[in-house]
Amino acid sequence: MQDEQLEIADFLRRYPPFNELPEETLHHVASSVDVRYFKAGTRIVEFGEEALAWHVVRSGAVEVFRRNGTLYNRLTEGGYFGEFGLLHRKRVRFPAAALEDTLLYLIPEAVFTELFENNEQFADLVEIEDRTRLRQVVSRREDANQLMSATIDTLIGREPVMLERHSSALDAARRMTEEGVSSLLIVDKLHDAGPPPRMVGIVTDRDIRIRLVAPGLDYDTPVTEIMSSGLVSVEHKQLVFEAMLQMLRNNVHHLPVLKNHRPIGVIALSDIIRYESRNSLFVVSSIFRQHSVDDLAALTVDVRACFSRMVTEDASSRMIGSAMAVIGRSFKQRLLELAEEQLGPPPVPYCFLALGSMARQEQLIVTDQDNALVLDNSFDPARHDDYFKALATIVSDGLARCGYSYCTGGVMASNARWRQPLRQWEHDFTEWIDKPTPESLLNSGIFFDLDGVWGRTEWIDTLRSLISRKARGNSRFLACMARNALLRTPPLGFFKDFVVEADGRHSRAINLKRRGTAPLADLIRVHALAVGSLAQNSFERLHEIIDADILPRGRGQDLHDALEFVSMVRIRNQASDLAAGREPDNSIEPESLSEFERKSLRDAFLILGNAQKYLKFRYQPGRAN
Amino acid sequence: MLHLGLLRQLHPHPDRATETPDWPLRFQALAGTARDHRLQAFYAAGAVTGDTPMSAVPLMALDVETTGLDPVKDGIVSIGLVPMRLDRIFASKSRHWILKPRAPLAAKSVTIHGITDSQIESAPDLIDILDEMLHAIAGHVVVVHCRALERQFLTGALRTRIGETIEFPVIDTMELEARLYRKKHPGLIARLFGHRQVSIRLAASRGRYGLPRYRPHHALTDALASAELLQAQIAHRFSPDTPLSTLWK
Repeated sequence: MQDEQLEIADFLRRYPPFNELPEETLHHVASSVDVRYFKAGTRIVEFGEEALAWHVVRSGAVEVFRRNGTLYNRLTEGGYFGEFGLLHRKRVRFPAAALEDTLLYLIPEAVFTELFENNEQFADLVEIEDRTRLRQVVSRREDANQLMSATIDTLIGREPVMLERHSSALDAARRMTEEGVSSLLIVDKLHDAGPPPRMVGIVTDRDIRIRLVAPGLDYDTPVTEIMSSGLVSVEHKQLVFEAMLQMLRNNVHHLPVLKNHRPIGVIALSDIIRYESRNSLFVVSSIFRQHSVDDLAALTVDVRACFSRMVTEDASSRMIGSAMAVIGRSFKQRLLELAEEQLGPPPVPYCFLALGSMARQEQLIVTDQDNALVLDNSFDPARHDDYFKALATIVSDGLARCGYSYCTGGVMASNARWRQPLRQWEHDFTEWIDKPTPESLLNSGIFFDLDGVWGRTEWIDTLRSLISRKARGNSRFLACMARNALLRTPPLGFFKDFVVEADGRHSRAINLKRRGTAPLADLIRVHALAVGSLAQNSFERLHEIIDADILPRGRGQDLHDALEFVSMVRIRNQASDLAAGREPDNSIEPESLSEFERKSLRDAFLILGNAQKYLKFRYQPGRAN
Repeated sequence: MLHLGLLRQLHPHPDRATETPDWPLRFQALAGTARDHRLQAFYAAGAVTGDTPMSAVPLMALDVETTGLDPVKDGIVSIGLVPMRLDRIFASKSRHWILKPRAPLAAKSVTIHGITDSQIESAPDLIDILDEMLHAIAGHVVVVHCRALERQFLTGALRTRIGETIEFPVIDTMELEARLYRKKHPGLIARLFGHRQVSIRLAASRGRYGLPRYRPHHALTDALASAELLQAQIAHRFSPDTPLSTLWK
């Protein structure tokens, strides 16, 4: 080992995928490395030349290109390139050039191949197919979802308060008062260091009332006489649900929580009740119990807590999206009930419509209200519109108070244009589909995700089947929808603390809705309309698209994984904004992303980019579908 | 002027004015005059001619670590070799020897190069690895950072061991930096404002070419560091077609 370059081994050890290698393998790799310097602006490898080495960036920055010269990736210290070529016919697939003065470590082809073949973890990490890697990430999460529930330690608010066994009941009561706690752990002896104290019992407020005061015992009574011994406890990684069962079974309201036999806290029944109140069903039922807009607005806190809870419980984006949509829907329904109480019964039947993300059941906490009114065909504007205008305004203003900001595009029932009789809606959809222009569809795209919230919701089924019938196989309409679905594109990836755009420019932050989930939903909608799907949710639509077999093999699953991953990053970002007391939004700075998230996001962006290319090809004007 | 005297004193190569020999000729002559068979073989392997373009020159980056800074009293504790070409540094073919110096290890130098008494206890003497080392270097142009130091220590060590010294062509990456930063006298303004001289030490020079920071004073690391520096210097200031004679001494 005397001849080994220590700097090389030390460097590799700091970066994935090398940090996963056994020490012996790492040294083997390090001692095979050769080195080369490239001045900024010089080419490193050219397309088609023999691929001899795997390249690791030691310092500087490198740009990797597609064969047609467009930027494929930008790498910095610890980044690597050349694996595609080494695994495919040993020819360079992606040419590369030095963006800054760059020092490269070259790992010979033979050593790379040996690593790739013998070390599964390594192979997974450098896996050539971006989509395969994302599939693994998403399916690993899906497995985790089955355990969906929080563990007890998330409920612990403070260290346990403990008292030695030969103290008096008075000491206990004083200590509980000082510390503001309703229970006290009694231990044999308190040590500053050494073995953890052994718990001998627990004293609660109730014990002092029932076992000390009521029987008229002296305050000097040893605490051991009023405590409960034969302790029931829980382990810190048990589920909250199990803690609740323990309390019911043993009829106790306090449980010590142990970690490695050491008490790390006490949870009370009230902790569990508070926790359960963040359940989405609980939020929904409390929405229907409120009697004013003010009361409803006060529930915003609970909505956000429920969102955060689902994130900590590892719920999937679909579960969170539909829970939030149900909550949003409940707000609308309750506001409409309250409006009808105030305005009297409607003069003609109506249906209140949800559009966009809520209709797709993909709502998060930062969201616009997109809604509309479908009125009975007997609607007479002169006689009836005052009522519906007032109704829509109450709902719209109420939603804004409850955290659903006004739609900047004016797609709200309070706008007269979107308060129309069913006949007019049928006419509008027919026009959009039969005489499409990219301009007319640009603003009406949102109406192709629609859901009935209140009133004559069966009318929505009528509209959906009309859309399905007319859109299916309508190549002119689909071409226009496809064109609009290509207006928002993903970035290329990340470089240092920047987002890299496809043209190579940098930006500070990325809006993951505009650059990720929205274009994915747009793209999925076009395919869904093409196959006449009635589904609204993007994941459900994808199922039908896959069943209809219109995508190249495996691409439907890729889109599913990309949508799930980007949504989850968006969701987690909003949850961490909430936890930090910031107003959540859709904008993410790369420095807040882990290396893993960056890599997986880039995979998702590549999938989206490729899917957009396919969309363009498939729905080009004039092509028969 | 005071600063002139100071400059001269700081000058890395007092012998800079001396003519670079015609190395192939010089090696022919030395092959005849050398008495030690290892040196004879080394010289007989020949030297690259000065008109060879840099892209075709076989190079060998070299670094020695010593017990101190005095070539008379101090000895060599390790030698690192890294073969290279202009387009590739063969770090995978690096060689490193820990040696038993004939001078004792000073505590101070141990803190610098990290080689301890127990490590050198079982280490060979330079004479034991001389054949192997000369064999590795033969036919290559040596690359060092500050050739004066390397040369003085090697010369001193050989003189005490075989009663002869050694000569070979060298590209000195420090001298290449000195060409940029030690030629001109600082201007009056710069002197008045106490303008600091640009450092031509290894780490500082590397920094100017965007090369990473390495932990210094390990013979192999320093040899690798000089090798990378030479590639950077040529990429920025010369070309693969630059004749060897422009760079060597």
